[in-house]
Amino acid sequence: MLDFGLIIKQMPAILAAFGVTFGIWIVSMLLAAALGFLVAVARRFGPKPLDWLLRAYVEVFRGTPFLVQLFLLYFGGPYVGLSLEPIPVALLAMTVYGGAYFSEIFRAGFEAVPRGHVEAAECVGLTRAQILRRILVPEMTMLVLPLCVNMAIVLLKETAVLSIITVPELTLVIGVIGSQQYAFVESMFLLALFYWLLVELCGVLGRWSEAKLSRFRFAPS
Amino acid sequence: MTPRLFELMLWAAGATVLISAVSILIGLAIGFLVCAARVSRTRWLSTPAAVFVSFFRGVPLLVQLLLIYNLLPGFGLYVPSVVAAIAGLSLCTAAYQAENLRGGFMSVPKGLLEAADMVGLSPWQQMRRIRAPIALRLTLPALINEAILILKASSLISVVGVVELTRMAQNLAASTYRPLLFYSVAGGLYLVINWLVAGGGSLAERMLKKERA
Repeated sequence: MLDFGLIIKQMPAILAAFGVTFGIWIVSMLLAAALGFLVAVARRFGPKPLDWLLRAYVEVFRGTPFLVQLFLLYFGGPYVGLSLEPIPVALLAMTVYGGAYFSEIFRAGFEAVPRGHVEAAECVGLTRAQILRRILVPEMTMLVLPLCVNMAIVLLKETAVLSIITVPELTLVIGVIGSQQYAFVESMFLLALFYWLLVELCGVLGRWSEAKLSRFRFAPS
Repeated sequence: MTPRLFELMLWAAGATVLISAVSILIGLAIGFLVCAARVSRTRWLSTPAAVFVSFFRGVPLLVQLLLIYNLLPGFGLYVPSVVAAIAGLSLCTAAYQAENLRGGFMSVPKGLLEAADMVGLSPWQQMRRIRAPIALRLTLPALINEAILILKASSLISVVGVVELTRMAQNLAASTYRPLLFYSVAGGLYLVINWLVAGGGSLAERMLKKERA
């Protein structure tokens, strides 16, 4: 029978694991967004060879499973002098993986900004940095916001995979508690419920912020 | 890497492709049903469908797989792990495909359906001749995208003990002490498979466009 009492007793350990999941999620999301933004800017303004190189990065990391990337870094890393603990591996892998997706989001955002706006800015003598700061970023923000929320949800769900390389996050800790207490199904059910709630909450927050910010949407031309 | 080991990797890649393809087809069938229930006017059909979609899109696939894998014996269903894995992948992709199909069906022009009504097509005929073909055509790019997602997500079924590409790479990396080589080869094979699927998808799209013109 389902017995959730066993799991409630382990609350301190579960809360600590939630802290790890949440921390890795937020930190790697911010780093991935920053990396993605840099890649998108470099691809737009940088020289052609750099664009090709970054395109290869994006293709490879979007075209292979996150788990394989994680294994390559965690098990292959030590062979090239990169011996890292599970949590740093998790942060690095999530950042590089998420960065590839974020860069495509921002690239699409840049491309959606009407060419005329950029040309007008060039005509009045704005520098590249000014065009980026004054035209491209403000105009694309509303366009990419839903995609970024979506990516945040993808990354949150991807943190569960980190349990496979023994990062002490929620899926691992609850799984271990579940097997120790012979209550694996109950614990997995609880875990699923938890992720579900968090993802739904994320979606609600995303829609709420979109509604709040919708007055900044520029008129499509 | 010896040719023999590469052969093993290729065989495992085949397993990945086969399992993904089966899951996507089953997922498409379930997705159709869920989509139909979701747009139904009866509450007791549309609410469970909405919950289904929300749950399977909101829970990490790994957790779904662990849940299904461990839940089935509780119901007295002792199935091989590959069956549990396909069940998990199918349910997950069904939720996403139901949403894609819903978008497709909602984009079928109203005028066509009114015209079909006028010439006296039955609802079933309308579905078979007009709604379904147009909706499927509209959702083809999303379906290809979903196929690529499932090909990548299928790496997770290695966790419940199914020997596919990732698991094979793991086994060979452990027995030869060459993780860099085998995980890179696995990644390369995933990349090639995804390129082929994406290429095939855009070819199909072009052919459909030509047919329509």
